[in-house]
Amino acid sequence: MITYESVTKIFGTGRDAVTALDNVSFTIPKGEIVVFLGPSGCGKTTTLRLTNRLETLTRGNITIEDQNIMDMDVVELRQRLGYVIQAIGLFPNKTIAENIAVVPKLLGWDKKRIWERVDELLRMTNLEPELYRDRFPAELSGGQQQRVGVARGLAADPDILLMDEPFGAIDPINREQIQNEFLKLQAKLKKTIAFVSHDIHEAIKMGDHIALFDRGRLIQYETPEVILTQPKNKFVADFVGADRALKVLGLMKVSDVINRKPKNILRGEDDAREALKFLDEKGFRYGIVIEQDRPIGYVNQKMLKYESGPVREFVEPFPLFLKERTSLRDVLSFMLMYDEVTLCAVDEDGRFGGTVTYNDIQKVVRESYADEAESREDEVSP
Amino acid sequence: MLDNSAQVFFLSWEHIWIVGLSLLIATPIGVPLGILITRHEQFASRVLGGANILMTVPSIALFGLMLPILSVFDMGLGKVPAVIALVLYSQLPIIRNTYTAIRNVPPSLVDAARGMGMDKWKRLREVEIPLATPVIIAGLRTAAVMNIGIAAIAAYIGSGGLGVYIQQGIERVYPEMILSGAILVSILAVIVDGAMAALEKAVTPEGIKVQRRLMR
Amino acid sequence: MNRLLGKLNRLIIASIILIAGVTAERTGLIEYLSDPYEYPVLFELFLQHLYIVTVSMTFATIIGIVAGIILTRQRFRRYAGVCMYIIGLGQTIPSLAVLALAMSFLGIGTRPAIFALTIYSILPIARNTLAGITAVPASLIDAGRGMGMPPLRILMEVEIPNAMQVILTGFRVALIINIGTAALSYVIGAGGLGDLIFTGISLMQTEKLLAGAIPVTLLALTADFLSELLGLLLVSKGLRLSD
Repeated sequence: MITYESVTKIFGTGRDAVTALDNVSFTIPKGEIVVFLGPSGCGKTTTLRLTNRLETLTRGNITIEDQNIMDMDVVELRQRLGYVIQAIGLFPNKTIAENIAVVPKLLGWDKKRIWERVDELLRMTNLEPELYRDRFPAELSGGQQQRVGVARGLAADPDILLMDEPFGAIDPINREQIQNEFLKLQAKLKKTIAFVSHDIHEAIKMGDHIALFDRGRLIQYETPEVILTQPKNKFVADFVGADRALKVLGLMKVSDVINRKPKNILRGEDDAREALKFLDEKGFRYGIVIEQDRPIGYVNQKMLKYESGPVREFVEPFPLFLKERTSLRDVLSFMLMYDEVTLCAVDEDGRFGGTVTYNDIQKVVRESYADEAESREDEVSP
Repeated sequence: MLDNSAQVFFLSWEHIWIVGLSLLIATPIGVPLGILITRHEQFASRVLGGANILMTVPSIALFGLMLPILSVFDMGLGKVPAVIALVLYSQLPIIRNTYTAIRNVPPSLVDAARGMGMDKWKRLREVEIPLATPVIIAGLRTAAVMNIGIAAIAAYIGSGGLGVYIQQGIERVYPEMILSGAILVSILAVIVDGAMAALEKAVTPEGIKVQRRLMR
Repeated sequence: MNRLLGKLNRLIIASIILIAGVTAERTGLIEYLSDPYEYPVLFELFLQHLYIVTVSMTFATIIGIVAGIILTRQRFRRYAGVCMYIIGLGQTIPSLAVLALAMSFLGIGTRPAIFALTIYSILPIARNTLAGITAVPASLIDAGRGMGMPPLRILMEVEIPNAMQVILTGFRVALIINIGTAALSYVIGAGGLGDLIFTGISLMQTEKLLAGAIPVTLLALTADFLSELLGLLLVSKGLRLSD
């Protein structure tokens, strides 16, 4: 756990003095990723570098597990923390294995333990040890290099990792992959991580909490959901983007809104006229047609009028089926693409799980923004 | 030193003459060679290597080697071998700087020039050489300062110049003479270095100067 | 590696040319060399030459590298420009003058020669050390510091290895100039192969001259080649890969 108390950092003196951080206070809970987010020059990187004393505090305190960092030997402190930077910073004169082994060597681990750990880390970051350990950084691609960078940061098994835009130098395609891999790793390791980023998407994806900075001040410190649904002021609202409703949907899954027992179910073998009567009586505009526990499509009243025979002959098939873990944002995207207001979710065997309608989605967004809408009626743009 | 001002001038003049002549000959050899190897890369390593070897040979040894060869023409001693040796020595800095300078012209510019329809020679004249000139001059500057130093040694094979003061000063155990020789040569070197630096600056296209200033 | 092979190639060719050139003088030279009186003298002068070069280079390398490193340290960084300028000025003074001045203060013999050679050889080494270390990307130093590497460790494991190529070039340049200048030191009484060269010139004895000039040249070329070899040893493979 890392605590920042009234942290202030001023560069320079007199007229040229620049206040990089102004009275910043917050806590990073143990085992969580907190993303330091904000535009250039907002102080997010400075906050990170103050944590391992690469910069010196002007005022305030930073404590790690209740120990003030100023009370620790600076070299020991840094060896205790993992540090991963955007420029990757792998030493070109050392092999991959030697690069990873730097901190363990400093800590005095014995050789056997070090090389075992190196192999272990390489495997963790999806780099085959036999192939990579004796290579040099110049032989690796950017994505591979950064994986080694992460491995190097984790080498001494620190409880805390400091990461400064670690995936910034990687192309977008590889970046997504390495982000996913990292999240999987974190799920296993549960490190306490301070992660600097300027990308709102990355922050939402990676962060358990987001600390949003602007010009040296901490503006909002909340979970991604809250920052998206309850931005504190115009700056935050602008930073997260006008499409934040869609971003929020990105955080939600089908399973959050699924209706498992919709009332307008028809069976494939039902007679068309019976089905029509059923829909009419209940006031349903359309019905979901299920056969042998699997959805085959939908019918509406118009399609059944004047028809006779089993319903299955008049069915309009669904363009696709959803999975329970599909994000609502993707669901909305499909609905728009195929001009459908209802889609069905199925399990691995194709069996019917439930429905998601456009209204369901709209309702959940409305509920999230209910508070915001009430309190900032005049600020919300039409 | 001041007593012999006439002699000082004479020897200084001799010295400048030797160095100047050598550069005058070396440049029209070195620069075109440098340009040539940018056009025919396959010779680059050999030419540069050859020039490198020339410079590796210790100056006095080169002078020495000139002796038997030129004695055939009865020109073993004196200014001729000195100038020839200096010409050979200056080749490396001149060729190398020319080569590097032209190669360092951003390829995008060369491409743009090509696209605009400039043929090889026009490109050379209008784009590559103007941009490469400062570095070429820097090479000349290195060669000049180097040659001033080596020319002092050439006194030992009878070429005259300020090295004579040093040589005579050692032989006659006359420290003031040695000093005057040393100081004069050094002053000459510093002046020439400064002058060449100014020339370098003067030749740098205004645009590049601005670019450099903005990059700081 | 290619560069090394190329150099070896050229070294061989140059040696052949030299030897071929000698063939014209062969009668004089071979006789001279096989003369039982002269041969040991040649050998002794060669060793003397080697001695002066080795001693002065050792001093110059240590002083040069240390000076270069010191000037890159945080505290002394602002003096770097001034220091380099002063040392640079020293190099504009022609080698002969430096030797002569050393003689004025330290007398004749090998001592002033070694002194002068050391001073003369410091600049390329110091300047390249300074440039090489300064050129190490700041992100590497930052990564090192951030990981908790003590400053000495960073110097030894990051800065110097990454600057080695440049430092070695400075060393090589210094060495070659040193060998050439050592030949001059004859004039202040330090012996060495210059003895043969200068005597050969004044007495117009070509064989003596060549007996001095050729070994010196070969020595310089060999030193050049060996320096490249040294590079293979000292420069990490990881750095050479980007060539």
